[in-house]
Amino acid sequence: MAAPLQAEAPTWTALAPALALVVTGLVLIVVDSIDPDDGSPALLAGVGTAGALASLGLAGWLLAGGTGQPDTGGAIALYGDALVVDGMTLFFQALFASVTALVVVASYDYLYDREYQAEFYSLVLFAATGMALMAAANSLSVAFVSLELASLPSYALVSYLKRDTGSVEAGLKYFLVGALSSAVFAFGISLVYAATGSLLLADVYETLAGGANGLTGVAGVGIVMVAGGFAFKTASVPFHFWAPEAYEGAPAPVSAFLSSASKAAGFALAFRVFVTGFPLGAGIDWVLLFQVLAVVTMTLGNFAAATQEEVKRMLAYSSIGHAGYALIGLAAFTTADGGNVLGASMAHLMVYGFMNTGAFLFVALAERWGIGRTFEDYAGLADRAPLACVAMTVFMFSLAGLPPFGGFFSKYFLFAGAVEAGFWWLAAVGAVNSALSLFYYSRVVKALWLEDATAEFELGPTPTALYAAVVFAAVATVLLLPGFGAVIETAQAAATAVLP
Amino acid sequence: MILEALIGVTFLAALIVMLSPDEYAGRLAFALSLLPVVGSLYMWAGFDAGGNALMAGSIAYRTQIDWLVAGGYRLQWFVGVDGISLPLVVLSTVLTTLAILSAWTPIDTRQSQFYGLMLFMEANLLGVFTALDFFLWFVFWEAVLVPMYFLIGVWGGPRRKYAAIKFFVYTNIASLVMFIGFMSLVFNLPVDSFGLPAITGSLQAGELSRFVGLDPAALKLAAFAAMFVGFAVKVPVVPFHTWLPDAHVEAPTPVSVMLAGVLLKMGTYALLRYNFTMLPDVATRPLVATVIAAVAVVSVIYGAMLALAQRDLKRIVAYSSVSSMGYVILGLIAYTGLGIGGATFQMVAHGLISGLMFMAVGVIYNVTHTRMVGDMSGMADRMPITVGILVAGAFGYMGLPLMAGFAAEYFIFQGAFASTVIPSAPLFTAASMFGIVIVAGYLLLAMQRTLFGEFRLETDYEVRRAHFHDVAPLAVLLLCTIALGVAPDIFFTMMADAIEPVVAVVGGGA
Repeated sequence: MAAPLQAEAPTWTALAPALALVVTGLVLIVVDSIDPDDGSPALLAGVGTAGALASLGLAGWLLAGGTGQPDTGGAIALYGDALVVDGMTLFFQALFASVTALVVVASYDYLYDREYQAEFYSLVLFAATGMALMAAANSLSVAFVSLELASLPSYALVSYLKRDTGSVEAGLKYFLVGALSSAVFAFGISLVYAATGSLLLADVYETLAGGANGLTGVAGVGIVMVAGGFAFKTASVPFHFWAPEAYEGAPAPVSAFLSSASKAAGFALAFRVFVTGFPLGAGIDWVLLFQVLAVVTMTLGNFAAATQEEVKRMLAYSSIGHAGYALIGLAAFTTADGGNVLGASMAHLMVYGFMNTGAFLFVALAERWGIGRTFEDYAGLADRAPLACVAMTVFMFSLAGLPPFGGFFSKYFLFAGAVEAGFWWLAAVGAVNSALSLFYYSRVVKALWLEDATAEFELGPTPTALYAAVVFAAVATVLLLPGFGAVIETAQAAATAVLP
Repeated sequence: MILEALIGVTFLAALIVMLSPDEYAGRLAFALSLLPVVGSLYMWAGFDAGGNALMAGSIAYRTQIDWLVAGGYRLQWFVGVDGISLPLVVLSTVLTTLAILSAWTPIDTRQSQFYGLMLFMEANLLGVFTALDFFLWFVFWEAVLVPMYFLIGVWGGPRRKYAAIKFFVYTNIASLVMFIGFMSLVFNLPVDSFGLPAITGSLQAGELSRFVGLDPAALKLAAFAAMFVGFAVKVPVVPFHTWLPDAHVEAPTPVSVMLAGVLLKMGTYALLRYNFTMLPDVATRPLVATVIAAVAVVSVIYGAMLALAQRDLKRIVAYSSVSSMGYVILGLIAYTGLGIGGATFQMVAHGLISGLMFMAVGVIYNVTHTRMVGDMSGMADRMPITVGILVAGAFGYMGLPLMAGFAAEYFIFQGAFASTVIPSAPLFTAASMFGIVIVAGYLLLAMQRTLFGEFRLETDYEVRRAHFHDVAPLAVLLLCTIALGVAPDIFFTMMADAIEPVVAVVGGGA
């Protein structure tokens, strides 16, 4: 059998998913310079969607062709090993591209009649490029640069509604916490560099495993600080407190983007940096750190979510809770267990990408209609918009981990992976949290279907694109139940291949 | 492939009805729901399996396809029926069709959604009774709850939201407890799939290993307890029954029919399949058996006494379900052929009779707009046929010979009396028999006050006879009840055949 086309192509083409995103971002700027008044929003959204879908298609195509995977010669390292393309890279790039496509489609309606649309779309695509690079980063310097590349457009996007004080305040808070954690992250990198003399993850691994030139303590402090940087990006304790403000104040599609794609990007980077950069059993037991963080993050996120009165804020805290679940991937990581739990965590992030994006896009729909933000304001919506409410019900039940939806399997495999790795108590905390979460998720369902509308309101015209994005996300969430096999198998194979 | 077709067609029917206009939804749903009825009867006619599906028996209409492989376990699309599950499949399809017919009168808003959800629930119920892979089964098991939540919450009575949430929370927490209990077993078995037959075989071969300091016996006990509690909520047995009256009273009649008729059987079916088939060595420990038998007797007596104290006809029937389900538990723990066989037969019999009772109360309510015992009397005067069927059904409930309830309870009593598993079995059996006296007491009392005597009902409209399509399902159910009472072998032979291996493991005898 002839080698697949993917393997014949020059190695740099393995970066095609990221290149597609950045080129689309640039094209959008060119379009904006020709037509600075956003004369045709459909063109802008169309270009953005096409770019995201191209990136998704390329990532899927490369993944299917085995690029960077063991059966075609293993990971492809580029630019002096600064970047690496393997199964994990492509898996996450496919996830980012899917979320980006959904967000861009939904934004077409959300941005109706607003200014600076071209800038909005290009910022989204630049941030997505940063995320795609985060998934490919193989050195601490690229890790830092790509993280900043993803963050800086995000700050601007959060405060996109610049005449809305909430949006501006959210952007400022996000920026300040982000700047602080970037500083912590950079300082951590410099300590690791001081102890190991290299920024390349493979070299760092070697040196740390060999005793870190007697500077294990310095490296340990550095690693803790690096973990702080990831905690910010993934909205985990202790750098989580920007998330509720930012998600609540930001335009809802941006909240969807940040809480799904940006969070997953943080995990993509964290998985690679910790697993391939910092050896376990060399005096630095970072697994313990993540165990504490996972338990605290999921518990705090869940309890805070249960006390919210606004749907968007509840979703923000629930997204912190889900960061806690995903952290199990690192918290239950053992070299002996291999990529099982790590892969389960990746699969959870994939499912989460659809269900959480969908939920925030439903909030975007509600904001577009101009109904309020609290649970009461959503009362009786099922009478007006049954299809969207069915979709939202799917998202809520799936987020809660009820069996008929994709979220059940992803959570189950995550917890089962933790049990298999010997961390049954971690799974137990997760399961209890997950059961509690049904309480606040079902509040939304109750409001939509069981309550009667509290006030008369007109929904106005149906925003077609936004509707389509919500429904598509719901269909994906349902289909990820029967189709979960492909996701988990790909994820676990990719995770196993990453192990040094 | 017929099982896939059965489940697939029902899902498809649900989707079609959901998208159809409200005016036709009821008639369309009824017509489409006849397809699974025909399918299940066809399966019954061609049934040729023997033994228990979980214990190396042959499985009828079996399909086994790998779904996904992860974490070292294969998940499968694995369905099939044996003598225990087939009668419940038939019960589900028949009862759904009749419930849909009985919904024509009371359901007057959002019809397409209502009937769509009913069919969606039916599809998942069929999945519950046919799935032989734990994961597949659990997905269906949980998927039943979602339509039920909406059916109670949207179309229910005044306190529907409370009842729906209570139902949802209770049963979901129960599912989680059960899930954890079962998983703690599977993770410590040398199996590579979630297929129930493989797990049962491995458990009975004594291949369970230690888990975090628990030796296999203790682990089995813990898992048994977790699963028992999980399923007991569904059944429900005292003291986990408090969600039931709320859910029943608030649910619209057709939904009560499904809830009492089929959903409660999910709990007893699962108890039989999981606790009593997979872990007989735990169930037959004297202490465990005593506790379960005591729970069963308490459910019988306490449920019946609660029913005695009610004024609401629907509440009476609801609490009497708790009582009837107590008999099922007693029959199961007896571990004799007649005991478990009677319990399985009671699942079907009670499904028919409680469905009949709820429907009859519903028909009366449609006309009178009250269910309170004191608010009406002499209804026999105005609705002779409905009342006649209701009285016949009530006698079936009391265990009138030649009706299904009699056969079931007789089997259970005889089986339980001879049980070697329950310590002092005759004592428990005798105590539970008092339940029948109380049942007769409250049913006769309620009927005498509402149905007979001089007609009295304060309304500002003329009380008319019920529609034909309201009474027809009642008549069908009554006929089924009598048919099963006269010829229990319609189902009992295949049940006994599937139960024999379960009993043989503990040497419980006939």
